[in-house]
Amino acid sequence: MNNVTIQAVSRLLIPFIQLFALYVIVHGDSGPGGGFQGGVILAASFILYAIVFGAKAGRERVSRKTSDILSSSGVLIYGGVGLCCMLSGGYYLEYNALPFANPHLASHYGIFGIEIGVGVTVAAVMITIFFEMSRRDEKEHADGRAVQEARTDD
Amino acid sequence: MTEIILLVLLVIAALAAVSMRNLVSAGMVLAVYSLLMAVIWTSLNAVDVAFTEASVGAGITTVLLIAAVSHTGRKEAPSKPGRRMKFIPVVMLLIVLALVYGTFGMPDFGDPEAPSHHHVAPRYIHRSHDETAVTNMVTAVLASYRGYDTLGETTVIFTAGTCVMLLLRRRRRKPGKETKRGGATG
Repeated sequence: MNNVTIQAVSRLLIPFIQLFALYVIVHGDSGPGGGFQGGVILAASFILYAIVFGAKAGRERVSRKTSDILSSSGVLIYGGVGLCCMLSGGYYLEYNALPFANPHLASHYGIFGIEIGVGVTVAAVMITIFFEMSRRDEKEHADGRAVQEARTDD
Repeated sequence: MTEIILLVLLVIAALAAVSMRNLVSAGMVLAVYSLLMAVIWTSLNAVDVAFTEASVGAGITTVLLIAAVSHTGRKEAPSKPGRRMKFIPVVMLLIVLALVYGTFGMPDFGDPEAPSHHHVAPRYIHRSHDETAVTNMVTAVLASYRGYDTLGETTVIFTAGTCVMLLLRRRRRKPGKETKRGGATG
């Protein structure tokens, strides 16, 4: 989309959208929202970028490898927090058992950790789904690159 | 009064989305539907649900629907008015009547004596801050009391992403072979 107005406005808006997304993820324990909503908003900012500046430019910001790794690492963070609870003597996902100064703090940090895990997975998966589903309009000149990518991937 | 206006607008948006032939417009109208729904959730003080509805329903889903339409085509295929179609409205009406009849058995709106307010809700309201140290009760339930469910939810999303990768990536990986097979993969 080569519209100067849209490009300028989204260039201005995207940092604020991302800041808001991080705010929503981090403040999930004290206000509305949380990992899921924040992750979706974070993905929306990248999708806006890809719509305005093209899928190729979007993939330069978040490469396929990055989004693949992030989408699985979020679930691993979540499961890892649960395992840490077990290693420190509690049940799976019993945050109070985490080794912090007091159970309250431990519970707080545990919930904070899983919110981040949820946010990372949701954001990465939404970005992946968007990039895979949007048709390549610039397929003609991206084709050579796609073939090369496929070869290096395999 | 405001709620009645919102609900009427909701029904109008739903009917418009169903009756539209242009699929991009239908997706847009569904976004309006979600946004109205988010306003209704907010007026019911369910801000977390409203937040999800606004970001997922009105935001991401619309984008994904339009991305899907870009693969298929903007117009809905015209349906043939055959004999089968005639009794479908009757069946739909019967289902609606059955559902409305079912709501008579439910407790009144906002009834403090409703069973759902007497099971685990009092414990969440009184003790969630002490037990989980978070002030947002919804987060306390989602992350702590129902931590396994949220882990399952995250895994479902991860699985959905993996399935999309597996299904849609293969086609693009072999752009040279696709033409030889005559579009068998696409």
